[in-house]
This record gives sequence, C-alpha cells and structure tokens, in this order.
Amino acid sequence: MPRGPGATDVALLVNGQAVTVRGAPRRTLLDTLRETLGLTGTKKVCDEGTCGACTVLIDGRPVYSCMTLAVACEGMAIETIEGIAKDGELHPVQRAFIDADAFQCGFCTPGQIMSIVALLRDNASPTEDEVRRAVVGNLCRCGAYPNIVKAGVSAGKRR
Amino acid sequence: MPRVVESREEFEGEIFESLVIVEGKDLPLPAAGTEFTEISKSRRRIDGVQRVTGRARYTQDVYLPGMLFVRVLRSPYPRARVRRIDTKKAEKLPGVRGVLHRFNAPKAAFRGEESIFREEVRFVGDEVAAVAADDEQTAVEALRLIEVDYELLPHVVDLEEAIGDMAPRLDSDGNVAEAATHKRGDAKRAFKEADFVVDATYRTSTQVHNSLETHGAVATWDGDQLTVYESTQHTFGVRQGLRTALRLPFSKIRVLCDYMGGGFGSKGGAGKYSIIASLFSMQLGRPARCILTREEENIAAGNRSATLQQLRVGGKGGRITAIEHTSWANVGQGKWVANPTGPTNTLYDIANLSSKSYKVVTNAGSLAAFRAPGYVEGTFALESAIDELAEKMGVDPLSLRRKHAGSPKDPMSGKKYSDKHLLECYRLGAAEIGWQRRRSGGIRGSAPHRRRGIGMATQIWGGGGGPPAYATVHVNPDGTVVLTGGTQDIGTGTRTVLAQICADELGVDLDAMQVRIGDTDYPYGPISAGSVTTASMGPAVRIAARDAKEQLLGAAAGVLETPKAELRLEGGMIVSKGARTPLGEILSKVENNTVIGKGGRHPNDPQLSQRTFGAQFAEVEVDVRTGEIRVEHIVAVHDIGRVINPTMARSQVEGGVLQALGFALSEERFLDRATGRVMNANLENYKVPTVKDVPAKITVKFIDRPDRKANNLGIKGLGEPPIIPTAAAIANAVANATGARVRHAPLTRARVLEALAVAGARS
Repeated sequence: MPRGPGATDVALLVNGQAVTVRGAPRRTLLDTLRETLGLTGTKKVCDEGTCGACTVLIDGRPVYSCMTLAVACEGMAIETIEGIAKDGELHPVQRAFIDADAFQCGFCTPGQIMSIVALLRDNASPTEDEVRRAVVGNLCRCGAYPNIVKAGVSAGKRR
Repeated sequence: MPRVVESREEFEGEIFESLVIVEGKDLPLPAAGTEFTEISKSRRRIDGVQRVTGRARYTQDVYLPGMLFVRVLRSPYPRARVRRIDTKKAEKLPGVRGVLHRFNAPKAAFRGEESIFREEVRFVGDEVAAVAADDEQTAVEALRLIEVDYELLPHVVDLEEAIGDMAPRLDSDGNVAEAATHKRGDAKRAFKEADFVVDATYRTSTQVHNSLETHGAVATWDGDQLTVYESTQHTFGVRQGLRTALRLPFSKIRVLCDYMGGGFGSKGGAGKYSIIASLFSMQLGRPARCILTREEENIAAGNRSATLQQLRVGGKGGRITAIEHTSWANVGQGKWVANPTGPTNTLYDIANLSSKSYKVVTNAGSLAAFRAPGYVEGTFALESAIDELAEKMGVDPLSLRRKHAGSPKDPMSGKKYSDKHLLECYRLGAAEIGWQRRRSGGIRGSAPHRRRGIGMATQIWGGGGGPPAYATVHVNPDGTVVLTGGTQDIGTGTRTVLAQICADELGVDLDAMQVRIGDTDYPYGPISAGSVTTASMGPAVRIAARDAKEQLLGAAAGVLETPKAELRLEGGMIVSKGARTPLGEILSKVENNTVIGKGGRHPNDPQLSQRTFGAQFAEVEVDVRTGEIRVEHIVAVHDIGRVINPTMARSQVEGGVLQALGFALSEERFLDRATGRVMNANLENYKVPTVKDVPAKITVKFIDRPDRKANNLGIKGLGEPPIIPTAAAIANAVANATGARVRHAPLTRARVLEALAVAGARS
C-alpha cells in the first residue's frame, strides 16, 4: 500500500506491546520511540548513523534507530533498553554493566547494552574480541571501553 | 556562628583569592588506622540501575507539555556584518511561533557583549537567528526561509596565519595578546653555558570535546519563575549567566541537571542556547527546548585550542639547566586562553626559566576548557623536549627527570607542597612497564617492519579543591538519609563518592542513602571541573554528616535516657553498651521530625601548594611501512591523596587515558582556510577512539596515601590528571622505537611517515 506524503499509521510491537503510531513517513524510528512513545532511554547523539547510541533491536538484530524509518518497521518486534529487564529483574547484561563499572556518564550505555544483548543471543559465551566486535559501532566518549568488554564477557558467563 | 574568612584556591593552574563563609571548626583528619565502613571501598555506583535501564533522565529527555522546539540559524561565513534579516516567510510557515535575531531580540548580556546575536558574526556557526516552532522539523524548515543580507569581511582562521603580518586584524589591538609570563634565574646565561641545547617547535591540533549529550537547555517560565533544565557542569554557573542576561533575581531562577551526558570542561555555564530557550519561553508562555545538533556541537560548542610551541631546553653536567617556552594558542573567538606553559613553570625544579603564553584570536569557534586545558598541550611539548635533551645528552630520560622532580617546593611560588610522591610514581611505573628493557634505538618488535619502544611522561595538576562548597544531610524519622548539595554528577561518580563519605561518617549503610544534587535550590556547589569536585564537596559532606550524627546521638540519648557519651551510631544502629537499636526505631518514638546536618568546606592552608602528581609509561609498536602506531601498554600511576572508591578511580584513569589517546593519535578538527568551515563536524570524520583503539593493556596504580595537609579527608581530584601525560609518553615511546621525533599531535600516520623520512635522511 503506498504511503505518504501525509501522516500515516504504523503498527509496531514495542517491548512486547502492540502499538499503532501515527507520523510522517520520513520520521525515524528513534524520534518515534523518544517523542511519540516517550521511550527516552534510547539516546540521540549524532542522528546520522555514526555513533550507535540509538541502537535498538528489530526482530532481534541490533540496528541504529536514527537510520531506520518507523514506517519500514511495520509489524516488526522492537526492543529497547526499557524492555529488557523482566519482572523487575535486571537483564544479565545490565547487571554486568553495574558490576563491572562499565559506564561513566551513561549516555552511550543503552546502545552498548543493546548491542551486547543481541550478541549474547547468537553467542552465549563470547570472547573479549567478540564483544569488541559487537560494540565497535558504539562510541563511548568517557572511555569506559575496557569495562564494557569485561561486562560483555561476564554477562555471557553468568547466563 | 558563620564567619567570613579569606580563601586562596588553585583552579586549573590559576590562583584565586576570595572571601568565603564558613561555620564552626573543620574536622581533623580521621586518625591513622581508622577502619572505614565505606571510604576506600569499591562500591557500585548508586545510580547504576537508573543508568542501565534508560530511566536516568538527561536534559535531552525532558519533554514538557506544549514544549516548543528551537533551532538556531548560524553564520555560513567566518566573518561578516549582518545588514538585514527578513523573517516574513519563516513567520508565515504554519507551526512557527517566534523568531529572534539581532534586530528584535531583547538585550541579553553574555560574556561581556550586550546581545547574543552579533552585528558582526565572527565564525562559521555564530548565532544569527533562532526559531521556535511546534515541532523540530518545522523549526528546521523555517531556518531555510530566513533571508539574511551579509556583508563579507576579511577573515583568518589559521593560528600561524593569524600571527603573521598579512592577516586581517580582528581586534583593534591586533590578533596576538600576551597572556602569561614567568621568569626565574637567568635563562640567557644558562643557555650560553649549556653543553647541550634542544631547540624545537611543537604543534597540537584542535581537539573537540564531542560530549555524547550535546549542549542544550529546556526552559519553562510560569509567569513568576524560570526553571531551566540544562546539561551542565555547574548549575549555579548557569543561574549566574541567566541572571546577568535576563536580569532576574536568583530567587526566580532554578537550574536543574539530574543526569548529564558528558562535559569535559565545555559545559561550565549558561550558553546562548540557554538564553534563547529562556527568552522564547518568557515571550511565548510555553516551555522551549534548544538542544544542539552534533554538527553544532562541533562548530559552536568549544574546543581545545590548537597550539604552536617553541621550546629550548639546555643541559649541563647531567642536569637540565635552562628552559624557555613560548606558546601561541588559537582561541578562536574566546576571551581567555588556557596556559600551555603551566607545567613548564611548575613541574620541575629548574633554576633558569623563561616562559610566555600568547592568546591568538581568529575567526574560528571559541575555545572552551577541555580536561586539563593548556596542560595537555603544554605537557606534550615540554615532555617531548625533555626526552630530546636526554637523547642528546646520552642519558636515561627518566633519570634526568628524577634529578628535577623530587623537590618538596613549588618552584614558581616557593611554597611547600602539601604532599608529593612523584618519585614513587616513577618507581612504581618504571617497574610495571619494565623500564630496564628500554634501549636507546628501541627494542625488537613483533615483525621486522615493526619497531617497539618505551617512553614516559610526568603529570602535574591542581585538584586540591576548596570553598565555597556546602552540603546538607536530612535524616528522616525512619532512619533513612537524604544528602543534598548543589553539585552535579557529570559521570565521574560524584553521587556515589559523596554517599560513601556521608554514610561512613554518619554510621549508616549505603542503602539508607539518597543523594540529591543538580539543583540550584540546594546549597551552593562548585563547578564540576578542574578536578575539584570531590576535594571540595567531600570535606563539606563529612562535616554535615558529623553535625547530623551529633544531633541524632543527642536525640537518642533523650529517648534511651542514656548519656550521649555512651552512644554510638554504627550501621544504622544506635549502639549502647552492647544493645543495638535501629535508628528509625528511636526516631519513631518522637513526633515527626527531620534532623538536619549542615557542612561547608573550610579553606586550604594558604602557606601550602596542593597539587596532584603522576607519571605514565607507554609501550608502543610502530609499523615503519605505514606509520601506524599500536599502543600496547599504558601504565598510569597517580598521586591523588586518599582514594575513596578504587574501582571508580580506576575507571576515571582509563577514561582519561583513552581520551588522551584520541588527542595523541587521531582527533583533529579540520578548518578550511578559504571558507572558515569545519570540514569534519561529525563523528564519522572526527576520529574519537573506538573500542578497537584501546591499548592491549592499561595498568592503573595509585599511591593512595592521604594528603594529611590537604583537607579533612586527605583527598585530591582525579578528573584531569590521567589525560595530561599520555600523549607525550606515546610520542616519547615512538621516538624511542624508531628514532623519529613527531612534534605534532595527533601523531597521525602521515606525520609518523614524514618524521621517519626525516630521521632516515639524517642517519
């Protein structure tokens, strides 16, 4: 069905909940999550696909949500940082980040965590190099990288 | 009774004298052998859950009902006169609610200028107009509809071009101004008598902070009070800036910063974005949000100045006998200059010295303090030159430094240091890197074309902190504790460190603590910069906790009908001759109450110089075919007094080293001379280190001995120290590995290859 140029409805499955959002076809998934759905845990840092802070999972794959249009996600399952803790229990990667002191200002953290969550689903006990590969597209300006790598490896071990 | 005392504090290499209000007497240092319950323990960050779940609310995450989105029109020219602005088309666009520019904006004083929109715009990115609209896209479209008539003026953006005679004069008294000078002994004579002299020119490129959360503010005016959410290192600084610009009393301005996504020096006070958001909110009666884009962050939010530095170092009889350091820094349109000669003046005990620092204005974005401003640039030049001299003299560069690094006195002021363990930093670092393996000419690499080398460099910085800094401790009837203070946590772990100090002194568990900061309605807190936060706030928190504890013990004495002297507070329990009663149980016996403890930081001893010291060692491999530098190992040893939280301190050092790695190897803003534009105003072409750039090994060590004369906890700061010596240590290791001296940071592959060619031609 052709869409646009006006606002259009898009059905998404966000953190397990079916939602319909209305917006212009040019609207990014990032802006839709943050501004339409109020899910501000996903951060906007560059808005041009160069830093990874806006990483979310679409059908289980890590994706830069600033480079993804919401209309392109019709019917897809989207997971954000707000959705990975279950029943009040932190996700093992979230717990590992706290234990390894894997963040300072915390602005890149949601994106780093989502990249590692995706990695662990394919590879339950990654090596340091595999964790590095998973987050190489996630910039951290505070330089928490050594602890991010430790957190990724230990999250794999504790699952 | 509060009283006024004189205070003399160091901040980022400058001494400030002021009067401050203090109360009562300072506490003595905890006795040696005190068993702390929280201090010196590696506690997890108390706000960790908020940060890993996405619930931490940053300025960027503040969306208020009816909020307007503001975007700024910026000058596309490096220097031009704004003759006319036509906003008719923009104003007609549906959804546009307001446009501000120099012909209609109210006067708003900002950094010595009367208006936030200049008649003569002075760099690409200078504010020309701003639009407020119902949504961001409309604001962006409206910017395109604003017509501006510019009269182009001659410009200069390059440092060395601006110094030259042919450059347009940007200020009536020229582009170059002397900013700092220091002399001791007789350098001229010492150079004449020297057996060895190094005379070299060093350059450092412009580094951009690129905090992941861009600068920005959300302002809301309710007809009586202005509330501003801002990503800042100093809520009180923002309040001061807004008061000056908007002429509102302090009581009507509240600035909030709950979580913030990185600052590194550039978020020290109100920005034009804060004033623009506030003006729109006050004019239009709706909240307004002005948050910079990544491109704006790169062109208009500050940077570390590019520098040109000339060093002469003379040696005789195995010692350094003379030093001359002249620095020019491109401050863009900045009104101050960070001083690269700071470390030269103070680091080594060298008898004959002459230094000069010049500020050079250009049509480029302003400098902003960037983590050890001046010291990173200056240490790169100074410590490179010291190594060059050692090489010429045929002596070990570490041994040469040792001869000048042991003095207990600040060579510039003549004052004694409160404490200093630099020689021990050298000893620990040398052992850790395996300095004895170092050979002149380098050691064998992992392949014939890979050369390996070891280098080191020294760090000096302030970080003693001081007044004014205040905190309040509220104890609730259930025994829980809320610590409040007008400081902010910019990612350094301030919340956690202050909670540890408070819980320890008070005698409660960390779990009982909440820390509320980032609000100008709390007692005054200093800027989170200059490595002063912990050393300023920590001692104030301890006094506030002690005050609350004394009151709680008094209350417990009344409830338990036991003399106060027989009571203690431990782990949230009132302990009396073996009986332990939860604090909450005791407080619940009396009517609703809040026990309030107050504390303020006392001044430092004015007869002493409070400094941090450290040394870093680097082992690198250089591919002589490609010029690629691989940093294999960094050893960082720092002397910062007592360490409150070893894990977080280690994280801070790793972060500093990695930011330094960017400065040393990859980060460099490119300005086009013809158009004045930043050619890499994004994270694609401006190269911030990634996880793949991290050295194979970073070893972090602390002397971790309380500075007994610094303050009531024996603590000093750590924000800046780790970023200061890394680049020089790497440059020295590269020179050791290859014989090639790269005198321009970052040491890109092109520069390494160029230096290799020079070294090859020489040998």
